[in-house]
Formats: sequence, C-alpha cells, structure tokens
Amino acid sequence: MTTETLIWLIPLPPVLAFFLIVLFTNKSKVLSHTIGVGAAIFSWLASWYVFWQATHVEHLGEHPFESAINWLPTGNTWLKIGVLIDPLGAVMLFFVSITIFMIFLYSVGYHNFGQPKGDHDHKGLPPHGATVEEHGHKHVVPSVEPMYSRFFAFLGLFAFGMYVLVVSDNLLTMFVGWEIMGLCSYLLIGFWYGKPSARNAAVKAFMTTRIGDVFMLLGISYLYSVTGTLSFREIFTEETLHMLAENTTYFGMTVSGFIALLLFIGTVGKSAQWPLHVWLPDAMEGPTPVSAMIHAATMVSAGVYAVIRMFPLLTADFHGHELTTTMTIVAFIGAFTAIFAATIALAQNDIKRVLAYSTISQLGFMIAALGIGAYVAATFHLVTHAFFKALLFLGSGSVIHGMEHGVLHTGNHDVDPQDMYNMGGLRHKMPITFWTFLIGGFALSGFPLITAGFWSKDEIFADAFGHGHMAVFVTLAFAALLTAFYTMRQITLTFLGEPRTKEAEHAQETPWTMTAPLVVLSFFAVTFGWVGIPEDFLGLRLSPSWFHEFVGGTLAEHPEAVVFSWVPFLTSLVVALGGLTLGYLVYRNLNSVSEDRLQIPFLKNKYYFDEIYDAVFVKPIYWFSENVVYKFMDQGVIDGILHIFGPTTGGIGSFIRNKFDLPVINRFIGDGSADVTYWFGGKLRAIQTGRVQQYLMFALVTFIIIGAVLYFFVLA
Amino acid sequence: MVPISWYLIFAAALFCIGLFGVLSRRNAVAILLGVELMLNAVNINLAAFWRYGNVTQMAGQVFAIIVFAVAAAEVAVGLALVISVYRRRNTVVADDIDMMKW
Repeated sequence: MTTETLIWLIPLPPVLAFFLIVLFTNKSKVLSHTIGVGAAIFSWLASWYVFWQATHVEHLGEHPFESAINWLPTGNTWLKIGVLIDPLGAVMLFFVSITIFMIFLYSVGYHNFGQPKGDHDHKGLPPHGATVEEHGHKHVVPSVEPMYSRFFAFLGLFAFGMYVLVVSDNLLTMFVGWEIMGLCSYLLIGFWYGKPSARNAAVKAFMTTRIGDVFMLLGISYLYSVTGTLSFREIFTEETLHMLAENTTYFGMTVSGFIALLLFIGTVGKSAQWPLHVWLPDAMEGPTPVSAMIHAATMVSAGVYAVIRMFPLLTADFHGHELTTTMTIVAFIGAFTAIFAATIALAQNDIKRVLAYSTISQLGFMIAALGIGAYVAATFHLVTHAFFKALLFLGSGSVIHGMEHGVLHTGNHDVDPQDMYNMGGLRHKMPITFWTFLIGGFALSGFPLITAGFWSKDEIFADAFGHGHMAVFVTLAFAALLTAFYTMRQITLTFLGEPRTKEAEHAQETPWTMTAPLVVLSFFAVTFGWVGIPEDFLGLRLSPSWFHEFVGGTLAEHPEAVVFSWVPFLTSLVVALGGLTLGYLVYRNLNSVSEDRLQIPFLKNKYYFDEIYDAVFVKPIYWFSENVVYKFMDQGVIDGILHIFGPTTGGIGSFIRNKFDLPVINRFIGDGSADVTYWFGGKLRAIQTGRVQQYLMFALVTFIIIGAVLYFFVLA
Repeated sequence: MVPISWYLIFAAALFCIGLFGVLSRRNAVAILLGVELMLNAVNINLAAFWRYGNVTQMAGQVFAIIVFAVAAAEVAVGLALVISVYRRRNTVVADDIDMMKW
C-alpha cells in the first residue's frame, strides 16, 4: 500500500467504530470500548507510519504526499477533494493521533469500567456510586457510566472529524471535519444531558462556535468565487497569492487580508478567542476526557491549525515590516486573549476551569505568534501545548476521580470534588497523578530548559522581540508570568500541604488505564521541546532546530530562524521561575478560600462577560423572538394570512361539493348512467328467449335492414 | 339454352322455401330439412354458374360435391343432436328447446 492510500484510510477506523458501536455493539461495554480503543490504535499506528515516512522525504514541503479525486462537477471543471500531508500535516498527525489514543484509553478507566452498576444511576447523569458488601460491611464504590458505549461512539466521531481536517487538501473537506467536531463537541459537552448546566453548556458551545463558522463559510465562499478553487496547493501558488494581495476590496483591505480575516473569525469561535471565548470554560460540564479532547487533541487545535494552514493567505500582502490590518487584528486578539484569560484563571477554584482559561490563554499565545508572522513558533507551541494540556486535563480528571472516591467513602455529597480548596496533600495519595501533573504544570509554565513548554514559548518571545513587536512581547511575557503563577497555585492547592477535607484524605490513585496515558503524555510534554532547540541558543553552535527546518519547509519561502537574543531568554526565565516561586509562596500556607486575596468578584465572574452577553445579545434576541418573530410575525402576519386561506378554501370546497358534485356528478352522471344501463338491460332481456328460430329471425331482419340501408345510402 | 336467370330465380325460390321452413317449423327434424333445401339452392347456383362460366374448369362441380359432403355430415350430427335432445327432454319441438336463454 502506498503512503497516499494509507493517508486516505487514516480517518476511517474511528468513524467505523462510531457506526459499529451505535448500530451493533452498544449493548456490550467490553466490545464497544475494544472497538473504540482499537480504532484509535489503528489510526495512531497509521499516522505515525505516515509521519515516519514524511520525515524521510527530502523537501517534503515541495513534494508532499498528495492524492486527489474528482468529486463535484462544476461546469467544465471538477471540485477536487483529496489528502495532503506536508510537514505541517505530518506534525499534526503525530500529536493528534497519540493524544486521541491516550484519551480513548483513559476514558476506559475514567468511566469506571469493571465497576458494578450504580444503585440509582440514570442515563444522562454522572454515575453516583454503587453499594457493595465486602468483609461483612457495606461501602460505596464508583459505579460504571450508564451510557458507556455512547461515549466511545461519540469520541470516535470526534476523532474522525479531526483526522479529516488534518489530512484534507482543501478548505471544503477541512470545513466538513470542522463541523463534525462542532457537532461532537455539542454531543459530548452535553453528554450528561440530565444536568441543566450541561445542556446549556452544550447549546452555548454550539451556538458560539456557529457564529464563527458562518464567517468562515463566508470566507470560503469568497475565496472560491475569487480563485475558483479551494485546494491549498492551488491557492498557495505565487500567482494566486499575488493576485489576491494586489486587489483591494471592502474597507480598503486586500482580498487576501479580507478572506484571511473571515477565516480567522471561524478560528476565534473554534479556538475560543476573545470575544467568542465564553463557551470553552462552560464546556467543562462534559466528562474530563472530552475536555482533554476539546482542549488538546481536536477542536481548539483545529482552530489554530486553520490559521496556520491559511498562513500564506494571511501574510500574502505582508512585506516584512509593517503588520497588515488583518495581522494586526490577529495579533491583537491573540495577545489580548492571552492576558485576559490568564487573569480570569487566577481567581478560579474549579480545577478544570483553571485549565480551561489556561487553554484560552495559551491559544492566544499561538494566535498572537501567527499575527506577528511567527509561523514555526505558533506550530511548535500548538504541538507542545497539546501534549501538556492533554496531560493536565487527564491529570485533573484523575484528581477529580480520586476525590470522588473520597466523597463516596465519607458519603458527604456536599463536598465539590472539583474545588481545589477541598483538596490538598494529594501527592501522597496519588503519586503518579502528582508527578505527571507536576510535569504538565511545569511545561505549561515554561520551566526552563527541561520542559517542552519552555522551548515553544521562548520561541514565540524570541520572534516577537526579534521582529520588534514590543507590545505583543510585553503582553505575552506578562501573560506567561500569570500562567506560571496560577499553575503553581493549582499545584500547591491540589497536591501540596496537608489535606483540607476528609475527602481529600481518602482520595485514591486511579487505575492503570488512567495513569498510563498520563505517563506517556508527560514523556512527550518533556521531550518534545528538544526537537525545537534553536541553532544559536545561548550563542552555542548547536545543530539546526529539527522542528524549524521541518515545519518551516511547509512554506514556499523558508522562514529565517530568529537570531538569539538574551532579552527574551532572560524574560522567559524570569517569568517562568518568578511565577512559579510566587505561586508557591503565596499559596503554600493557604487553608481556606477566605484567605485568598485574588478572589475578586470581577475576576471570579470572568469580567461579567456572560452577563454582558446575556444583556446585550441573548435577552434582546429572546425579546425579539418572543415579541416580533413569535407574536407579530408568526401569530399576526403569517397565521393571519393562513387564516384567510383556510376558510376561503373551505368555503370553495363545500360550494363545489354541494352545488356541483352532489347534484350534477353524483345524481345526474353517476346514478343516471347506472339507471340508464339498468333500464336498457331490463328491456333487452325480453328478446333473449333462448329460442334459436327467434334468434335467426332477428338475424335475418337485421341483415335485411342493414342490406337495405347500405343499398340505398351507400351504393346509390 | 335456358337463360341463367331462370335457374337463379328457381334457386332463390327454393332458398326462401328452405329459410321459411327453418324459421317457421316446430319440429327440429323439419328444420333440418329446411336447411337441406337451402343448401340445395346453393348447389343449383354453383352448378348453373359453372355451366354458364368456364366449362373447362371444374370448380363449380367440386364446390357442389363439397357442399353435399358437408350437408351429409351436418345431417348426421344434427340428427344425433335431435335424438340426444329427445332422450333428455322428451320433445323435438324447437320452441321448447330454450336452453340458450340467459
């Protein structure tokens, strides 16, 4: 099998798993998770094989793996769809496949496979625990998820969407994968649909990302109408880009800039950038593997991936000095989101919500990097972030799981197992989770030299500083300081010190299916950074950065590596270590929420963005729907018109029935013809005597009459 | 030679007598006889036309012979039917034989 064929096949196993589970194996938990995890393994192996092949091709950027077929006839031409693996796609496959596989494996443990059925568990609600008798006394243990199979099916479809997006060679199938993920995020965030909060979060995520998607679709249509193609390889040719950059359109922007902006708005929705960031924290209502899926492997990565993919379009009218309008907007939104979300994360007490805001903030880093043209740095941070953020989410799920165990043990269900102030001292109870979480947290903070997060963040700083984008540089540096601070706060509150509740004392390490993915991901959270060490780091003459060489080859023009400078390096050292130390010092001895000085209502309530949106958009739209659309348009105008039609047609109908159908058709034609036939029959029966001689007589008379008539009228 | 019209008039008269017999006689055997008369009228016509037409051709005579043969066969079948009817219904009066009635 050629590599191209294999690339076509990569997305298939998860979607097959989806259909198999939904249609056939949903009754069996073992079969369902075997198929789900098995599919993830297949795709993972295939992806890594393709990645391996890709690293062995000289100048992969110019000769990528590609294969296309004719799909939709468009007049004289065809809309082609196909697969394309260039360096960027290969790197995406590398981290997406392993992360998805780990998340699948983790879900087995997370949903308590092998545990008894719950005492009063309902579909659509998280499992409450089951009572078992052991050694003569009863105690409560975690119970298995009631909709276990459904979860693996949805997860499979989610993975399919991401794979489709990564291997696509054109915007249309990319958008299809993008929308499949939108659907799956809706299904999975609302997985526990019995909870009103989960339902609302699902709808919110769907609606918010949809806003972005509409603009993205506009961008795609515009691009197609201008260039007549959606294939990346055809759009990113020099002539096309030149043509797009030369012409101007609305608001004095160039066509390329305008299209890039429209596509970017799709990313703002998908990757939860300000001002469409509101859905991502609420998405924490879904099960933790889903959070990890959304935050690391699939959805938000897809948003950033789309901008990275469209980078040639974004920078088509960029000449290397002044940022273009679109790039300024992108850089501003990214940098602003980074600092904005980081400040909110400071005041959150829910272990997953801190991570959610952290994701928004880190995505801001990537977007800002793209805005200032730092293509490789953004990609690098995307990959490292996927590893450590998946690690952190799965770690937090493991913590919550351990805490739930404590809650079931004490039976006190008032204790929120996700509130960090209920934790503390978990490092002894859950050592594997602690160490892996520490690695992930340090990677997120950018702990120097060892962790992957340091290298990728440092590259963004170096790029921003090296190209003189000081505003972005300072903003991101401050955001990075906050990141280190709240990460250390999280680690300190969760794992260090003494247990603050009985439940934390009784927390327990989670099964191997959950810890094994943590270990694997923490390996990558550390080592993946080493593939991107800059060439002249600290003035040393190291070998060229593999990542830079490889991913940089995607672009027609190989991006120059930034010259090493001490300022960004020292800055990232200071912000990372400073933030971590500060976080530890402040939260080391904190025992209750009241002592936390950062619990400012303004931050805790996320700058009241939900409330503002509610007042500015949601309420007016409700009012508009209720009064204008429902009461005026629907009930007044439309129903009014319909009410004219109803009685009128009814009247015409009964008129026709009474005046025409009944008297004319029924009585005259209908009954009349039958009567006539009956009368004739009655008369004619008299001549049928059965006597041959009479018949002959009739025949003779008839013959004579016909003969006479013929003789007189025809012959004469 | 006698003009052909005499033969034709004679044959027509014979045919009418036969037809009258078929339509008016009550006895089935007599009706059969009427049919024979009509056939004979036809035979006279055939023979007369042959004699006044092309004498070297035998068509008229052959036709007449076929008609004889058919008439003989017909009478045999007809009498068999009459006997059969008589055995079942004990009558040969045509008016009583109204089995063809609806």
